[in-house]
Amino acid sequence: MAIGVIRETERRSLPFDKLGVIIAALAVYGAFLAPFATFRANRIVQGEGKAILEALPPSLGYGLLALVTFAIVVAVLKTSVPVRMAAAFAALLALGFLIGSCAGNLVPAENAYARVSPASGFWVLVFAFALLVADALTRLNPGPGLRLLFLAGALALVGAMLATGRWDGLSILKEYASRADTFWAEAGRHLTLALGSLVAATVVGLPLGILCHRVERLRAAVLNVLNAIQTIPSIALFGILIGPLGWIAAHVPGAEAIGVRGIGVAPAFVALFLYSLLPVVANTVVGLAGVPRAANDAARGLGMTEWQRLVTVEFPLAFPVILAGIRIVLVQNIGLATIAALIGGGGFGVFVFQGIGQTAMDLVLLGAVPTVVLAFTAAIVLDALIEVTGPKHSRGKAA
Amino acid sequence: MIEFDRVTKRYDETEVVSDVSLAVMPHTITVIVGTSGSGKTTLIRMVNRLVEPTSGMIRIDGEDNRLVPEFELRRRIGYAIQGHGLFPHRTVAQNIATVPTLLGWERGRIKAKVEELLTLFQLDPDFFGPRYPHELSGGQQQRVGVARALAAEPNLLLMDEPFGALDPIIRAKAQDDLLAIQKHFGTTIILVTHDMEEAFHLADRIAVMDKGEVVQHGTPAEMLVRPATPFVEELIGATERPFRLLAIETAGDAVEPGTAEGTPIPEALSQREALSELLWSGRSALPVAAANGAIVGKVSLDGLVKRAARPR
Repeated sequence: MAIGVIRETERRSLPFDKLGVIIAALAVYGAFLAPFATFRANRIVQGEGKAILEALPPSLGYGLLALVTFAIVVAVLKTSVPVRMAAAFAALLALGFLIGSCAGNLVPAENAYARVSPASGFWVLVFAFALLVADALTRLNPGPGLRLLFLAGALALVGAMLATGRWDGLSILKEYASRADTFWAEAGRHLTLALGSLVAATVVGLPLGILCHRVERLRAAVLNVLNAIQTIPSIALFGILIGPLGWIAAHVPGAEAIGVRGIGVAPAFVALFLYSLLPVVANTVVGLAGVPRAANDAARGLGMTEWQRLVTVEFPLAFPVILAGIRIVLVQNIGLATIAALIGGGGFGVFVFQGIGQTAMDLVLLGAVPTVVLAFTAAIVLDALIEVTGPKHSRGKAA
Repeated sequence: MIEFDRVTKRYDETEVVSDVSLAVMPHTITVIVGTSGSGKTTLIRMVNRLVEPTSGMIRIDGEDNRLVPEFELRRRIGYAIQGHGLFPHRTVAQNIATVPTLLGWERGRIKAKVEELLTLFQLDPDFFGPRYPHELSGGQQQRVGVARALAAEPNLLLMDEPFGALDPIIRAKAQDDLLAIQKHFGTTIILVTHDMEEAFHLADRIAVMDKGEVVQHGTPAEMLVRPATPFVEELIGATERPFRLLAIETAGDAVEPGTAEGTPIPEALSQREALSELLWSGRSALPVAAANGAIVGKVSLDGLVKRAARPR
């Protein structure tokens, strides 16, 4: 009886996947209506859009359209998760592979000034099929290990495309080719800024958070101050820091020698550090407050010293929440460190602001794309870490 | 022996415990009863110095409990609380091993102790040892909580409404377990509860607290026969008195010579339960069997009724 009812509704409902319809609409727009690649006579002039069949040799163009159409059909219909995953993955792989062929097809062999870059159609297609992969992944509900494996696989594929020179003809890599040495130096500076300020914020923020948890009067004051700092726009904060850091450089012996100056790396580092404090301190306080009262009472009653209680009971129980704060900080810092270039702090922001200055979008992307990839990677890695440290005991109700 | 000597605890202007003097005999169970807010929890928390008295002194075996550092004192005193307070991120075995680990016992000795206690509480060490507390039922969690309190073989065990969160059937079982454990280790137990039934079931002596004062301290029988104040009388419940009196002693104590028809009742049963059996079976007497099954005599309705009457 009950089974019959379910079958009835199943037959009546449409065989379409709801999200799949949206993905398909995006992909149809990206493949047939929007330009696939942009051709420009040199790096700063306005370009002209080329559709898939214009940008690629006919055999590859029709092949890509056929594959994309197949993936669209798979997305629209209610298909099994592995099939959706495979179709989306194949489409992404073909897109990544073929965008590299556009350059050779569109640019005459001796022309060193002409530029070819992916256009809106390409990005919409990548977004649509990335969405399909993400949706399939969510339905598979993979564990943290499998997620990390997927991430490593995706990064390895991008790395392979780069290493084999598939994308060398694209404008963003032409920008890279002329800046290869500074690119890695700025990448190092970007990471130093983002990770260094995170480490500093953790070293200061954890004890501060513990102190705020223990001393109620301190809690409101500290959190309010940190909240206020968080609301200061980053450029304003750099400006505010020029004065005090300049004074320190001039008056504290040895300060200038270690790089403290009104502009440059020091204010960028200090600003990122200050922005990082709120998530670390606030999550430490919230995490510690979430430790069951009874567990704390038992820890004291069984004869743990204050230090033992902190290290063996409070901290392990609060750790997943604290780690979530650190994840926020890391992703936020990787993005924010871009701004450091404004005051000579270096990092990927250097390319972004140079590119804006020269109206060279490719150069902007050379700074922006690695930043996004870094932030994305950091988010996935830390999410996996949070899950690994949390789940053993947190699935049930605490105490 | 634990002596409370004129102990007072004041928070600002409110006196939570007022001038309490009390002596707890070794190897006995003393139950502190009272309504909520009567200061009973504060009183026992002063024994292991989770609360410091405003004035007065608590002596354990003649020694002021402030002479050793608090964490050392607490490691010598078992402590079990309502809602068990198990550490959710540690396994059952690790939870039980808490105090032995703090005391620096060697690993083999800790392992043996954990297994002994789990077995004693009818929990299979191989199955339950590696589990996390949230995987256990409420009754099992509570047993682990008591096992943890007993792990370092304390002479004194403080229990703050340990069975408060359990349903009635599991609670009765937990109480019987506690009595067996107390007999096994000879531990001195001070237990706080607001449940009079529990107090009469467990206590060698009962201390009744009201508004921070101990208004009466004595054996359950004394309390029934001569309640010191109207409050005590009310707490016991006037209509419950004969039944509580019967609940104190066992059927074995009421055995009369002779034989009777019907299913024998075990002599360990309380006289109250024996009375209940008699009333329900509609008989005027039932045979009583010893633990080995031998019939030792009978209990009669008349006999129990006489015992339930107010002693003169």
